[in-house]
Amino acid sequence: MDFTLSKEHEMARALFREFAENEAKPLAIEVDETEKFPRETVDKMAKYGFLGIPVPKEYGGQGCDPLTYVMCVEELSKVCGTTGVIVSAHTSLCCDPIQTYGTEEQKQKYLIPLAKGEKLGAFGLTEPGAGTDAQGQQTKAVLDGDEWVLNGSKCFITNGKEADVYVIFAVTGKIEKRGRFLKEISAFIVEKGTPGFTFGTKENKMGIRGSSTYELIFTDCRIPKENLLGQQGKGFNIAMHTLDGGRIGIAAQALGIAEGALERTVAYTKERKQFGKSISGFQNTQFQLADMATKVEAAKLLVYQAAMKKAEYVKNPKISYSVEAAQAKLYAAEVAMEVTTKAVQLHGGYGYIREYEVERMMRDAKITEIYEGTSEVQRMVISSNLLK
Amino acid sequence: MKVIVCVKQVPDTKGGVKFNPDGTLDRAAMLAIMNPDDKAGLEAALRLKDQYDAEVTVLTMGLPKAADVLREAIAMGADNGILVTDRVLGGADTWATSTTIAGAIRNLDYDLIITGRQAIDGDTAQVGPQIAEHLGIPVISYAQDIKIDGDKVVVQRQYDDRYHVLEAKMPCLITALSELNEPRYMTPGGIFEACAAQITTWGRAELKDVEDSNLGLAGSPTKIAKASDKVRKGAGEKVVPESPEDAVSYIVDKLAEKHII
Repeated sequence: MDFTLSKEHEMARALFREFAENEAKPLAIEVDETEKFPRETVDKMAKYGFLGIPVPKEYGGQGCDPLTYVMCVEELSKVCGTTGVIVSAHTSLCCDPIQTYGTEEQKQKYLIPLAKGEKLGAFGLTEPGAGTDAQGQQTKAVLDGDEWVLNGSKCFITNGKEADVYVIFAVTGKIEKRGRFLKEISAFIVEKGTPGFTFGTKENKMGIRGSSTYELIFTDCRIPKENLLGQQGKGFNIAMHTLDGGRIGIAAQALGIAEGALERTVAYTKERKQFGKSISGFQNTQFQLADMATKVEAAKLLVYQAAMKKAEYVKNPKISYSVEAAQAKLYAAEVAMEVTTKAVQLHGGYGYIREYEVERMMRDAKITEIYEGTSEVQRMVISSNLLK
Repeated sequence: MKVIVCVKQVPDTKGGVKFNPDGTLDRAAMLAIMNPDDKAGLEAALRLKDQYDAEVTVLTMGLPKAADVLREAIAMGADNGILVTDRVLGGADTWATSTTIAGAIRNLDYDLIITGRQAIDGDTAQVGPQIAEHLGIPVISYAQDIKIDGDKVVVQRQYDDRYHVLEAKMPCLITALSELNEPRYMTPGGIFEACAAQITTWGRAELKDVEDSNLGLAGSPTKIAKASDKVRKGAGEKVVPESPEDAVSYIVDKLAEKHII
């Protein structure tokens, strides 16, 4: 077992770090304060291929492996959690299901511009009454001639109003399973600007405040029949499989936030003097930093392992990476929360001040324990695999 | 159109320069990067590739590790990389370096050679013009803007508070300033391609029309007496005299004060 990064990955990390420092970091405070979507950064990321890292070259992507993509989200999230999740939601939740389940026509029409960054992607599964319980879906799609007619709404959608292409889930009928009727769920590709597709409330969030989180509303929204993604009735599987990949992206975001907070805290404790010496000279600080660094490293190994497992899946789709993805997200998210909280504490009063950024990281970290499957859902995934 | 860009791997001086006790640079203690002026030269070449479909070859002389800057250049969009490396070339000063690079370039077809103005580890600004001299082609240094006009280049050469516009017929050599442009980033896919790319490696045997006596430490007339960190030029003092006579007397006083006259 070799834990040394390849030359490619070393260079990719250096690239993402340089880009994050130069482009995302200077805007991070403003993005948080003003809830401004960092469009200029997104445009630059598109130019350099950051929006199609794991997508094959024939579909406009960079043809890199999942680990390279993970490093991109990680490095961006070190300086700006918002920028990290924009890339993660676009890549894992929109490009990936179209790449995996799309027809050749759908890939040509949607995946290529998405991977090139000409279009931004989003994913709509959650509804006011259907979060962890995806079966609670109320949005319906009815086939009417050559068109599907969508009615309903989706909430908490990342990249909400800024995206151009949306993967949307809706109920298309009922299926009988062991004598019980379950909702048949299907996936669809919906374009922004389709009549009947509008935006509702913009959410005013605790963290990742620039990420454009909106409610999506469908009122007799007619989309072409060919925009059904995958087979009719397979939407639940598509959603769950997509979220497996998404969790690796969010785990990378959580890892990045934790690393960013740790880096700042190490620097701060060396500078900050109390009782005539740097607070890094006190054993309490040293032990706290040691615990933080150890947990961050453990999180990194889990996240990278999940990315490597996904790489195996890309070569052999019979391999599952659900458990690795769930473990990576569960652990990295909880580490992000713990490390950022400790970072604020070690900064003392300054940690509570926005200028010092660790308080933003603490707010950004919280969502990683919630979205794309709460920590409780990750525990369900992990334990059900143990007990099957 | 064929463009050769000469690049150098240098220690990153951003975090300060570190010296060994003997006064030489402690390269191991500093990160290795592509020299910033060279990177601007590469960006200028890549823009010629974007605009005129130019073929861009990057060339460096150094230890085998210097192939890293060639891979970085390829990941940014360069087409080929050539590493000139040989034990007999070690310890070269600007004369031996330019002799070596010119010897390598004689194997290649080119319309334009771009080098950085100077490297941040030596700050001599000599290698570019010397290569042109060895090859017998025109040189325009300190380029802050480069345009192609038929078989000519039209270059703005930076000169204190103004610039000169110079034209030269190709083939010619231009030395670039880091102010010339903002170099592009690598792309992730470009990195994977660059790592898989074949880097051409040449040694002494491949150098054309060069004498052994002009190579390496033995062929270097320069002897370094002392090395120190660069002293930055200050912003200067602006004086607005009331009359030309006052101006003359102010200047004469200053020159006398500095024992220049």
